[in-house]
Amino acid sequence: MLWRIFIAVLALSVLAQLFVESHPHFAPERLFAWNALYGFLACAALIVIAKGLGFFIKRDDRYYDDR
Amino acid sequence: MTDTTMIASHPALALFAGALLVVLLPGRPRAAAALAAPAAALYLAFALPEGPLWTTHWLGMEIVPFAVDALSRLFAIVFALMALGGVLFALNQPHRLELPAALVYAGSAIGVTLAGDLVTLFVFWESMAIASTLVLWSARSPAAYRASMRYLMVHLLGGMLLFAGVTGHVLDTGTTAFTVMSIDTLSGKLILAAFLVNAAAWPVSAWLPDAYPEASWSGMVFLSAFTTKTAVYVLLRGYPGTELLIYVGLAMVFYGIIYALLENDMRRILAYSIVNQVGFMVTGVGIGTEMALNGAAAHAFTHILYKALLLMSAGSVLYATGRRKCTDLGGLCHSMPLTAACGIVGALAISAFPLTSGFVSKSMISQAAGDEHLFVVWMLLAAATAGVFLHAGIKFPWFVFFQKDSGLRPPEPPWNMRAAMLFFSALCIGLGIFYEPLYRLLPYAVEYQPYTAWHVVAQLQLLLFSGLAFFVMLGWLKRTLTITLDFDWLYRVFLPGAASLATIVLMLMNSALSRIARSQLELLSEAGRGLLGPRGIFARTWPSGTMALGIMAMLCAFLASYYFA
Repeated sequence: MLWRIFIAVLALSVLAQLFVESHPHFAPERLFAWNALYGFLACAALIVIAKGLGFFIKRDDRYYDDR
Repeated sequence: MTDTTMIASHPALALFAGALLVVLLPGRPRAAAALAAPAAALYLAFALPEGPLWTTHWLGMEIVPFAVDALSRLFAIVFALMALGGVLFALNQPHRLELPAALVYAGSAIGVTLAGDLVTLFVFWESMAIASTLVLWSARSPAAYRASMRYLMVHLLGGMLLFAGVTGHVLDTGTTAFTVMSIDTLSGKLILAAFLVNAAAWPVSAWLPDAYPEASWSGMVFLSAFTTKTAVYVLLRGYPGTELLIYVGLAMVFYGIIYALLENDMRRILAYSIVNQVGFMVTGVGIGTEMALNGAAAHAFTHILYKALLLMSAGSVLYATGRRKCTDLGGLCHSMPLTAACGIVGALAISAFPLTSGFVSKSMISQAAGDEHLFVVWMLLAAATAGVFLHAGIKFPWFVFFQKDSGLRPPEPPWNMRAAMLFFSALCIGLGIFYEPLYRLLPYAVEYQPYTAWHVVAQLQLLLFSGLAFFVMLGWLKRTLTITLDFDWLYRVFLPGAASLATIVLMLMNSALSRIARSQLELLSEAGRGLLGPRGIFARTWPSGTMALGIMAMLCAFLASYYFA
């Protein structure tokens, strides 16, 4: 149920673009739903980078306790 | 030099006097004094005339301890406002050191913003370091004490850099005035380095998430506001348009997001997110146009309020449950609905949702990057805006107030803590809707309209689809009982380890060398014993005839040399 509402809101935010005059700064913004796509991909990339980095620098949270 | 009405009108003095009263008074008068001091400072910050208000001479230098312009007034106002909300939140803090320390801390921060010269700035800079350490001490846990010592070391190092830089600057230029600095001189570089230490610039940023989360439930609210934002203020005044700051700022932005994504402790998530937010401001300072500087200043103003609100919400959870780890929390919205709602307001504001204060301030920085055609910077800022929603906007409220039910049903915090949260929630939403008063306080005239239909739609798309990414990839974000190594590993593990290794090596070398030296000495002493020992040549008893013969030989040699010479 919550998912359905969320997806409806997502769709609305994209459709709203049809009714709005655009003022892009740069070329990619001219693409339809560019911000939605970019937001999703940027976050996915950040999560993947964090996960990958965590592989190397994550430690048990008592790491500093015995030092 | 100055008349008495002017002496009484420095907002920092109101806070220092308040701190003294809070130490001396008991009970209700103490609470009244604690609230009256920042309220008076707030009034003064609004009412002060512009220009240098006190000037004097000291050791042949011109000292301007009290000067006001639009930029310093903006920061003085938000610091006083922050002190007021923070004191209200901390009124029921049982440890009596915290409130006076926090008032001195806030007063020193205002002292920095109203300092017209570098000497005054240095004095308040150092008193800020000491007062903030005292705030940390009021948590009274061994972990907080150890963290406070590491914190103090970093800040005293920063203070030394600042002292060296200011001394050099005064010698180079012959003036103490605090204006735009050059980074071409050594002194300019040293001062910039000192400012960046306090701004928690990457990679020395580790002091912040190391120390702040160890403070008491109310202490971190104060700590989050003053040190890093005075650093933003001095960067705005001293180094606007320094290109290096764009890269430093962007590094801070992404460092904050990635470390916050990996973190399990709710207050460390928010600590990393301070670095992230200050990164936006530092980037703005680096871009350096009027729009960018306005944006950085406005963002510092709104950030102080919504970050304090987030930490009040987290502080209330810590107060009620004594727990900080996301793995121990969850489902608290059932019994702490007000704390959850205020936390969500703070989370929306930090994410720059339309109708919140973050939207009207952060978008000025992006706009400035766009206006300057800095395409890469603009793209990275947009990605970072999405990332903020990810790590602070959803992650904090989701793991603390929703997700799995931890079964905890703590009550809402006392009235003063609730009132402080409502006060700051109102400010976060109020400034998002009625942004004109904030824009009027900015250092340059503003011709910016945040609420265009296009901007609102673009921002909503960016943020909502970040939310989609969060929930789609929730499995990857599952909390684990881990911490993430950071720069502080260098001085907490590596350097002590290297020092003990060096000690072992030196001790081994020492014993080897002393063994060699001892055997050589023994040989020498054998030889010496042969000559000088009890049976040595010189220790023998010689007959006196031999002596007489020897002397006769010497005399003969003398006679012979006398004849031949």
